[in-house]
Amino acid sequence: MARIIVVTSGKGGVGKTTTSAAIAMGLARRGFKTAVIDFDVGLRNLDLIMGCERRVVYDFINVINGEASLNQALIRDKNCNLLYILPASQTRDKDALTLEGVGRILEELSKDFKYIVCDSPAGIEKGANLALYYADDAFVVTNPEVSSVRDSDRMLGILASKSRRAELDEEPIKEYLLLTRYDPNRVRSGEMLGLDDVQDILSLQLLGIIPESKSVLTASNAGIPVILDEKSEAGQAYEDVVARYLGEDRPHRFIDDKKGFFRKLFGGRS
Amino acid sequence: MSLLDYFRATKPKSATIAKERLQILVAHERSERNRPSYLPQLQKELLEVIRKYVHVDQEAISVKFEQDENQETLELNIVLPDFQQENKSVNI
Repeated sequence: MARIIVVTSGKGGVGKTTTSAAIAMGLARRGFKTAVIDFDVGLRNLDLIMGCERRVVYDFINVINGEASLNQALIRDKNCNLLYILPASQTRDKDALTLEGVGRILEELSKDFKYIVCDSPAGIEKGANLALYYADDAFVVTNPEVSSVRDSDRMLGILASKSRRAELDEEPIKEYLLLTRYDPNRVRSGEMLGLDDVQDILSLQLLGIIPESKSVLTASNAGIPVILDEKSEAGQAYEDVVARYLGEDRPHRFIDDKKGFFRKLFGGRS
Repeated sequence: MSLLDYFRATKPKSATIAKERLQILVAHERSERNRPSYLPQLQKELLEVIRKYVHVDQEAISVKFEQDENQETLELNIVLPDFQQENKSVNI
């Protein structure tokens, strides 16, 4: 049986697809056969972030409609042969994605895969609801910014009430926080919500802080998940996220900025 | 306190303002979210029943749902129309 992870946020542009690509790659590189599915029907982008946009032949909806088999639609990643991508449809209407169809595909994937990562679209419409419906775990991607925190809280309400686990009265979806685009310098100077501020409101299990990093754009430019950039802080942060998710105990990094010479001299705040 | 703090402005930092705004908003939205979904329907039907006997406006009836750790309270307040120049109110 596969473990189904939804990467969700409510708000757009916070790093859901970047996160989906990174953690799917991280899990696969650790030897787990992993599938990552783009649920953003009409606006697919995971293929670009994963660098397989020119290899898309069939998509998620083709498989749901029986126009292609799962094996025909799944794209094997060029960097890791245990990672497969199921792209979203680019043109069809959103109603093609059905609860029953999604359930059927996930069940079929579950037989063969260890992890299934569902990259949710922004918003709280059908695509987002379907992405989280069958989930076992939720990675809530949040920026340290008011609208993102609010939307994440809204999403938590939906995870707790509109999922399969909620409807069947099973153990609830396990919710984790990923704080992305974090800038410790701005937190220190009081211009950005800090980890403690966000946790005072959301109080979730923290999987990791992803610092604001130029390497994220560089990685998406090249179509290589940022976790493969092992020298970058964001890449390392995602590596930590995967390790923590799998049960390793790793101290959190990137919370505080490196102390500068002058701050040391004047004994700045911690 | 560092030496630099002397020169820092004392007005609240924007992150502090952000946090305060969020705490108020999120608390409000969570209480709305936890309300039972039948409340609007309940209010509508109650109004229909009451109107069989007295004529009251839509605004004259309020249904409040409150929740704390131990109990959930449903408070129903109906303001009856002016009768002999006094306000009668029924609390259930």
